[in-house]
Amino acid sequence: MWKFIVRRLFITLPQVILLSVLIFLMAQMMPGDALSGLIDPNIDPAAIEQQRENLGLNNPWYVQYTDWITGALQGDLGQSFRYKMPVTELVEQRLINTFWLSVATLLITYIIAIPLGITSGRYNDSWADQMITGYTYIGFATPLFIFALVMLWVFGYQLGWFPTGGSVAPGLEPGSFDYVLSKLQHLLLPAISMALITTVNTVQYLRSEIIDTKQKDFIITARAKGASESRVYNRHILRNSLLPIAAFFGFEITGLIGGTVFVENIFGYPGMGDLFIQSILLRDYSVVTAVVLLFGIASILGALISDIILSLVDPRIRIK
Amino acid sequence: MSKELLEIKNLKTSFRIKDDYYAAVDDVTLTLNKNEVLGIVGESGSGKSALAFSVMGLHNRAKIEGNIHFKDADIANISPAKLNKLRGDDMAMIFQDPLTALNPLMPVGDQIAEAILLHKKDMSTKQRRNKVVDLLNKVGIPRPEHTYDQFPHELSGGMRQRIIIATAIANQPELLIADEPTTALDVTIQAQILDLIRDLKEDMNAGIILITHDLGVVAEMADRVAVMYAGQIVEIAEVGALFDNPLHPYTRSLLNSMPSEDEAQDKLHVIQGIVPSLQNLPRKGCRFAARIPWVEESAHEENPELHEVTPGHFVRCTCHNHFYFPDESKEEQANGVS
Repeated sequence: MWKFIVRRLFITLPQVILLSVLIFLMAQMMPGDALSGLIDPNIDPAAIEQQRENLGLNNPWYVQYTDWITGALQGDLGQSFRYKMPVTELVEQRLINTFWLSVATLLITYIIAIPLGITSGRYNDSWADQMITGYTYIGFATPLFIFALVMLWVFGYQLGWFPTGGSVAPGLEPGSFDYVLSKLQHLLLPAISMALITTVNTVQYLRSEIIDTKQKDFIITARAKGASESRVYNRHILRNSLLPIAAFFGFEITGLIGGTVFVENIFGYPGMGDLFIQSILLRDYSVVTAVVLLFGIASILGALISDIILSLVDPRIRIK
Repeated sequence: MSKELLEIKNLKTSFRIKDDYYAAVDDVTLTLNKNEVLGIVGESGSGKSALAFSVMGLHNRAKIEGNIHFKDADIANISPAKLNKLRGDDMAMIFQDPLTALNPLMPVGDQIAEAILLHKKDMSTKQRRNKVVDLLNKVGIPRPEHTYDQFPHELSGGMRQRIIIATAIANQPELLIADEPTTALDVTIQAQILDLIRDLKEDMNAGIILITHDLGVVAEMADRVAVMYAGQIVEIAEVGALFDNPLHPYTRSLLNSMPSEDEAQDKLHVIQGIVPSLQNLPRKGCRFAARIPWVEESAHEENPELHEVTPGHFVRCTCHNHFYFPDESKEEQANGVS
């Protein structure tokens, strides 16, 4: 099993390198460059050209890439032209915000998905199953950005249960209990909104896995041993059905990235997704590349975590 | 004296297709004595497995009518909790396909141990493990200690069938149902598994129902044989009587379909037609009539019953008195001419 994990980690490295090259090349292809966002139309074009030369923006791409990646490895992702601060510093706080938002969303996703999926799968074609399936269809059909707006309007503005923007109330001492509570309160509504929509995949997936496993021959074997219905479910059906859900985890993370881009914008939550949209609009070149790189790494890590979980729970894929 | 271990009376197992119920096992009455091996033969779809599953109570959505008497209880009409006490303990089953009958995520030793755990709650984990290792030894697994922790995918089909057999005999059942235990295995392994079942039979003291479509296996293993066709028993007799004097046209056709060593036939005998599907079963008259159309209609009974021809030898319908193989008669005619 350790061999599998080490080998799997080894594959991750070239993936990350390829990702960074791709992102860099794509960023190069974007109209404009690191300087375009800063240009004052009154400045002499010759001076701008001079500045480009000084910043190394006229070098061939591989030289620029090497400069960029060397800096990135040392924790220097460049300077944000808009915020006038190092990208690393800018990203740090937002990364933490998005991380907690993602964790909360994932937790809520599974808290909803597992009981619903189990009920739906175990008692398939009952009225409970039909209600749950109805919900998942609505979930599939509802765009997240519309649903999030409705949630914000209802629970934020109309009922006033949740704050409608930001990640923490102003004037609180970081680290204090009130501060943590306020953070939690700020991320709860976006997390719930996102989870309610993204969870439907997992619910349906778990449902069909359970229905599938129910009909397997080894379930009959277990019954023939004299196992009670509840034992058959807990020991044989559920364990075997949760396995693909673990495999789904990596995909879940990728989906989360797309989700945060919408949700953070709608809720004005200062995270990576929000930063991503703003910096694209403002042509904040070095921030965009940094954010995309981090998103990409998150996806690769998600797949890595899925594979490791799978290797832990499924004996069939352990490499000798 | 009570030598009957299992008594099945007028068992009818029906499945629902759309809005109607169709009987896959139709009015079967059978007894199995202690220490007896009863073979049940028939084509695919004749209701053999449906019968076995009814006895074990493994049908999920079937309607079961009739009685199954076993251990002072009518297990066709019993609470699930009571049934679970019997299953795996007093009665056990060996399944057809060892490749799918084991949980892929559980070490095989634990799967055997589960059967013991469910019925002998006072045994310690260590005792249980020792017991499983003993069982693995008994079913001829070479390195039982090592195999205990292996997963099904690491074992061959024959080994997996041995695991399933070990699970079935874990609590010394009085009734063992083997549902085509060798069908999914290749020929050399088949022989080994049959030898194993035969050896176990000696020291197990159990009544065995052996379901198969292999008449060779029945001839070797069984004391009595029931032939099933379209959900009914068409003939039942001691194994010697059945092979020496097969009566029902279906039994004779089955025996005739076996390739024999001494007569090098160019062509195997084939029974015309197929087993009708559940929905298309003729519910009136002789169910086999459609597959022997050359036999006159008047030869069949209107409501075929089992008749005792010689003591212990029962056959359904009167058509057996008028049955002949069409090509046989042609051959006779050809011989007569030359």
